[in-house]
This record gives sequence, structure tokens and C-alpha cells, in this order.
Amino acid sequence: MTGVLAKLEGVSRTYQKGKEKVEVLHNLDLEIPDGDFIAVMGPSGSGKTTLLNLLGGLDRPTSGTVTVGGAEISSMSNNKLSRWRSTNIGFIFQFYNLLPVLTAQRNVELPLLLTNFGAKERAKRAAIALDIVGLSDRARHYPRELSGGQEQRVAIARAIVSDPKLLLCDEPTGDLDRETADEILRLLQVLNREHGKTIVMVTHDAQAAAFANRMLHCDKGTLEAREAA
Amino acid sequence: MKYFRLIWKNAWRKKIRTSLTILSVFVAFLLYSLLSAIGYAFKGGIDVADAERLIVIDKITLINPLPVSYQNRIAATDGVASVTHASWFGGYYQEPQNQFGQFPVDPESYFAMYPEFNMPEEQLDAWKRNRTGMVVGQELADAYGWKVGDRVPIQATIWTRKDGSRTWEFDLEGIFSTDDPRGSTALMLFHYDYFDEARAFGQGTVGWYILRVTGGADPVQVAKAIDSQFANSPSETKTSTEAAFAKSFMEQFGNIAMIVTLILGAVFFTLLLVSGNTMSQSVRERISELAVLKTLGFGDRSVLGIVLSESILIMLIGGLLGLGLGWIIVQGIARQFAAFLPGVFLSPAAIVIGITLMVGAGILAGMFPAVKAMRLSIIDALARA
Repeated sequence: MTGVLAKLEGVSRTYQKGKEKVEVLHNLDLEIPDGDFIAVMGPSGSGKTTLLNLLGGLDRPTSGTVTVGGAEISSMSNNKLSRWRSTNIGFIFQFYNLLPVLTAQRNVELPLLLTNFGAKERAKRAAIALDIVGLSDRARHYPRELSGGQEQRVAIARAIVSDPKLLLCDEPTGDLDRETADEILRLLQVLNREHGKTIVMVTHDAQAAAFANRMLHCDKGTLEAREAA
Repeated sequence: MKYFRLIWKNAWRKKIRTSLTILSVFVAFLLYSLLSAIGYAFKGGIDVADAERLIVIDKITLINPLPVSYQNRIAATDGVASVTHASWFGGYYQEPQNQFGQFPVDPESYFAMYPEFNMPEEQLDAWKRNRTGMVVGQELADAYGWKVGDRVPIQATIWTRKDGSRTWEFDLEGIFSTDDPRGSTALMLFHYDYFDEARAFGQGTVGWYILRVTGGADPVQVAKAIDSQFANSPSETKTSTEAAFAKSFMEQFGNIAMIVTLILGAVFFTLLLVSGNTMSQSVRERISELAVLKTLGFGDRSVLGIVLSESILIMLIGGLLGLGLGWIIVQGIARQFAAFLPGVFLSPAAIVIGITLMVGAGILAGMFPAVKAMRLSIIDALARA
């Protein structure tokens, strides 16, 4: 690991629920070293996903600053933040969130539509990403023709195709059986160890968390470091 | 262009729904093209009107004839360069549905008044010599397969002959064309003298006068001068420009432009509801997908553009197909009804307006769901997924 990739300083996030204000994160300080693989665990409503959203620039802190890759994203405009996200963050969701009307290859190419790459270059890069996740032979298949594990692999390929430094995974194995989940987690480990991706993974599953380098426990808006199992 | 595949695939997400929407757009633009072409035919006479030609008709109605004696008085009016006249014959060829414009005229002055009509000199001379001769426009000759030398019987619906017969026979002496690509030649001209002598009633009258003002004369002042000459006479006149005359003549059939506009307005309003509903449903069904696009880095404007483009694409597919079939049908109608309703034509202007309407309707139908997609909160949408 070489330095800090992401940093949260004094971050609080409060939501208005009806007349009540709910503080999901409270004065949080966190440093994520470059090349780390962190699992974030904790009960529902503890702020895990909010933390992920703040790191990915999908949400803004009520107070405090979020810095990723040297850029203070908490003060960026929406348009700038969108552009920044397209090259700096890869998102992996629990339910894959592939576009059903596009083939695996075209789904993976989606983030590259925001670049200046031509069609050939986009196709080449998508093919490499699919190769990394071991799905070259499914490039022309639509999501409905793939298993859950394969869909998640396509989603991972989509997350890495623009070569972001940080991958944010929200319950990436929550919809998969144990065996498939372990395959996906091993793939994330490969991406972390061999491709240098920094990974922050939210999970309820202790076995999944065990694949990470370290574990953080989130509860009532605060984080506490725990050793990985 | 790089978003085209995404837009295309999204548009066809629900094939039946998209096909039905495209079908409704198709029908709307088919109707648009047909009505535009027919409206164009009705408007044609107005557009080709000559600003220096004035038409003198009875003040009350075009149906009332004017005395033939007015010709010399009109010709003597200051600012009038030349005068001719024409009358409505209203007959048909063989079958009642074969109706077209037939006008008894004075050959010499009529052709001088309309220099845009071209006919070989020898044919014009032959017609002038033959009192029962007629000349027809190229469109009419083509429509009925007539050629010079044919003897053509025309059945009168108004003008019976003195002998009680309704059949008027003419020798086709010439076929004329026009320099103006928009001018119609679906008309037949024959000798007024022969007509006036042979008809059972109405002698000494004409339908209307056509005059050309001298260069530099103010057509409005000339018109006033003519009308004031015949004020308080049994046949008062109303003089107007050729364009105004053509417009009032067409309005005898109803306000075609207004009818066309009303029909198309209703059709397009319904179209907006149908396609707007399609787009709203389509966006509602893929809120989470749009949120994913935004998560991947697609900006608000990109998402707005993608949804709007989808709506415009659906309009363009249906609209261009409708316009295309309309164009083919219009070619057929134009050939079939060349004599009865000349000038049926899908003009380039109507095509440009049609395409503008497609894009405009696409934007209107897609705007509400597109703005909704643009304003979508990623977190809320993903939480609902």
C-alpha cells in the first residue's frame, strides 16, 4: 500500500425523515490506504451504504469533507462529480443492475461511452475486462441468459473497464449462493492483489468479510476497526 | 451517435407497445401527408396568382353573371392594360365523375392574358379559326388520352343548347402547357362566341372579367375605379386580385385550410397523449436502470438527452414511414384525379414541416419523463430497486 487513496474528515450525514432528523453518520474520520480491501459490516441502518455513497460521490456529507484520489469530492458540482465518477469509481451492486436490453459486452462498454474512445477501442477494452472476470465466452449473451454469478461478473467487468482506482461494492454476494459468492469474492481478491484495486465492500456476511484485508464495524454512525476473521 | 444503440435498444424494450405507438404516429403522419397534399391543391391557385391581374365578379356572388358589355368600359378605365373574360361551363366527359374546369373564353385576349400558357402557334391559329374548336392543358390531355384532331363530347350540367340537347361537341385543336411548375393545366377552353350563340339562355353575359393593370398603376386604385363605375347598376361588381379571387373561389368548398388544421390538430393532440404515455411508462419501468447510468457517470443532461432522443426516434420511425407511404399514395391520387383536382402534391415545404412536427412532438411527448429521469435521485432510485 502506498499512501492514502480516500479520506473522510469529520463527516456527518443527517437525513430528514418527516419532522425528525436522523443522523446516520456522526463526525466520522476514516483513511483508506491505496490498495486496501476493506469490509464494512454492521446492522441495517447503521450507515454502511451511506458511507459507500459518500465515497462514491453519490451523496454529500452534511458536514465534513470527503477526499478521494486527492480530489475533494464533497464540494464538486453535480456535473463535475458525474464526470469524476465515470473514471475514478467502479460500483458493484447486490442485484447486479445490468441493463437487460444490452448484451454483456455492451453492458461492460457503458462507462466507456463517456470517454472519447472509438467503437473499436471500447469493444477491445470491454473484451479485456470480460476476460479478467472469466466471461469472454458470454460476451454476446443478454443478462437474462446468464446465471446470477455470471451477471455479477459482468457487473464487475463494467466496474473495472474504465480502470478506476476504487471499487465500491454494496453486498456484492447478497443474492448469490455460498459457492458462487466465494468465486466472486476470490475475483475481488484478485482485482485487489493483482490489479491494485482498492476495494470497500459493504456486507452482512462474516464469511464474505473474511476475504478482505481488514474489517470495519459500523454502528450508530461510528466506525470501529475489527480484525478480519 | 455513440448512444444510438442504447437509445435504439431502450426504444424497443417493449416491442408490442413501441410498435403500437409507432403505428399511431404512422397513421397520424399518413393523414398529414394526404391532407397537406390536398390542401396544397386547393391553395395552388392562390400561390400562382399574378399580382398584376385583377378579377371582376358580381358584387353579390360569383354565380351571378356580368353583362358582356362591361368589357369595353373596363378596358377604358385608367390603369387597365388589357381585359378578357371567362365563364363557368360545369360539364363532364362521359361520366359525371369526370369533371374538370371548362371555360368559354375569347381565344385572342385570353391567351394574351396568360402568357404562362404555351401552345404551338399553328395550334392556336387552328383553334381561332374553328368556332367549335377547343384547347386543353397537357394534364387533361394526359388524363383522358386526348390528342389533337379528336372530337370530344362534353355533357353540360347547366348550359343546355337551344335545340334542347345537353351534349356539346368540340374539336381538339391544341394542347397547351405552362411555364409555372405549380400551375395547373387541367382545364379546357373553347370559343365564347360559339357558346353564347348556342346556349338556350343567358346570352350576352360572362362569368367574370380578368384584366391586367398597366405597369406602375396601383391595382387597388384600379379595382376601386372599376367598381365605382358600376355602382348602383343592376350588376354591381367586386374587383379583387387574382389571389383573393382564387381564395374566395376555393372557399366555396369550405375553408379547406381550417378543416385540415382542425383535423391535424386533433390527430396530433391524441398522438401526444399516446406517445407521452408510452414514454412515461417506459421511464417508470426503468428508474433503477437510469439511476445506474447516473451512477456510472452519465450526467443529468446525458440522461435527459437519452430519454428525449428515444421519444424523437419513435416519432421519426412512425412519421417517416407515414410520410413515405403518404408520398406514394399522393403520386397515385395526383395521377387519378389530375383532371378533377389538379395540383395534388406533397410539397418539400410540407415534408420539412412534417419532419419538424415529428421532432417537436417527440420533444413534447418525451419532455416530462425526460425531466423526471434527469432529476432522479440516485440514492432514492437505487434504494427502491
